[in-house]
Amino acid sequence: MNDVSTSSLAAAATATARVTLVDDEPTVKVKAEDVNVYYGDKHALKSVSIDIPERSVTAFIGPSGCGKSTFLRCLNRMNDTIEGCRVSGSITLDGSDIYDPSLDVVELRARVGMVFQKPNPFPKSIFENVAYGPRIHGLAHSKADIEEIVVTSLKKASLYEEVKDRLAEPGTGLSGGQQQRLCIARAIAVSPEVILMDEPCSALDPIATAKIEELIDELRANYTIIIVTHSMQQAARVSQKTAFFHLGVMVEVGDTDQIFTNPKDKRTQDYITGRFG
Amino acid sequence: MSEHIVTSFDDDLKELARRITEIGGLAERSVDLSVRALMEVDIAAARKVIEDDKRIDDLQREIEEKAVLTIARRQPMAQDLREVMAAIHIATDLERVGDLAKNTAKRVIAIGGQFQPQKFVHGVEHLAELALEQLKDVLDSYVSRDLDQALMVWRRDNEIDVLYTSLFRELLTYMMEDPRNISFCTHLLFCAKNIERIGDHATNIAETVHYVVTGIALTDERPKKDTSSLTSVEYKEG
Repeated sequence: MNDVSTSSLAAAATATARVTLVDDEPTVKVKAEDVNVYYGDKHALKSVSIDIPERSVTAFIGPSGCGKSTFLRCLNRMNDTIEGCRVSGSITLDGSDIYDPSLDVVELRARVGMVFQKPNPFPKSIFENVAYGPRIHGLAHSKADIEEIVVTSLKKASLYEEVKDRLAEPGTGLSGGQQQRLCIARAIAVSPEVILMDEPCSALDPIATAKIEELIDELRANYTIIIVTHSMQQAARVSQKTAFFHLGVMVEVGDTDQIFTNPKDKRTQDYITGRFG
Repeated sequence: MSEHIVTSFDDDLKELARRITEIGGLAERSVDLSVRALMEVDIAAARKVIEDDKRIDDLQREIEEKAVLTIARRQPMAQDLREVMAAIHIATDLERVGDLAKNTAKRVIAIGGQFQPQKFVHGVEHLAELALEQLKDVLDSYVSRDLDQALMVWRRDNEIDVLYTSLFRELLTYMMEDPRNISFCTHLLFCAKNIERIGDHATNIAETVHYVVTGIALTDERPKKDTSSLTSVEYKEG
């Protein structure tokens, strides 16, 4: 929250934090209410409401086409870029509407970063991959500033030790797992508050996956993380809260420990135990 | 419950449940046989109980290995995970039941040649009937996933406890009446304790069945009526 330097957003967030100290409930970072998404005539997401707690990992699970990625992309308005896509309902970040027409979408996406399924580093050097964001967002004013941000971000993404001697080499020359950590460093570099991850490990081997999961566990001390994953075991390992989506409906949300040992809804039970279809 | 997409997963779970039924049947039979051996001082039956315990131990180990393999291979979740954990727990309880029956059988061999008034053993016989019924009912509740039946077993254990406590007093009285009874009655007391413990294992299994069916552990305090540890019988001179 220290990253928000100005405006009512920070004030609102501080107020919320104060209230929760009394209530002893986790602070809600992102709140969605009655969110519907249509792709043309297709009703892809049906009345989804969820509170995403701050500084924790929330996992979205469900079969392909269930709407989990669609919902994830609503949270930083990535669906805006899709033709014929319409979103209704309310999504707030620290209590402020992210679909407010006066809101700067570029600024929103700096606060709500994203990591994709396939690592997609820019065809530039490792250094430039990380430096690009802070530079265009005006977060750094000198060469020293930029260097510091790049090194810190690479360290936070647990990549620095592996690449410190070859920062000038192309990012695309790294291994898949390293590329994905580079993308996480790139997301971190603009000081986001929320990081969205859309199946970040699906293209990685088990060792690289373990490194990303370890990293997610470290990052949740400072960031709110929302991860879409097809691996139930991964959701069970990395998240504190899990939401199960099916046919565009959010069927069940709860503490991860409960969802994977004693889900309430039969559809959740059937999906996580491999009885669907 | 509908079947898994991967049908061999269903086979794994069915196989685990089948082996639990098998070890349950063996444990039940051993308890029954050990008590009959005690009643009739049947040394051959006692030896058979001791012999059969090896099979129970083996089966328990096999169930554990199968469960570990299933976890490694299938990474079970929710109900499936509870099934696998339950199989491990129940097999452990039943293996202990087998050991207790074996201990009773060993005592039958030890007291083989001694003077044994029949009235002494009636109480133990009745206790054993109750424990066997508990064991049978709880195994049925496991097979049919019958929550009510499991809860009934869980609540009924206090009958065994009450009977055990009164038996404890009774046997102490016999010992005071005539010191020649001491050796036999002490063995009998241990046998009674074995049977009372079998009742406890039946309630453990009832708790496991509750967990399998509901996903919630039974945490309420069970009514405890075994007060033998607080019981003393006054010795009257003369």
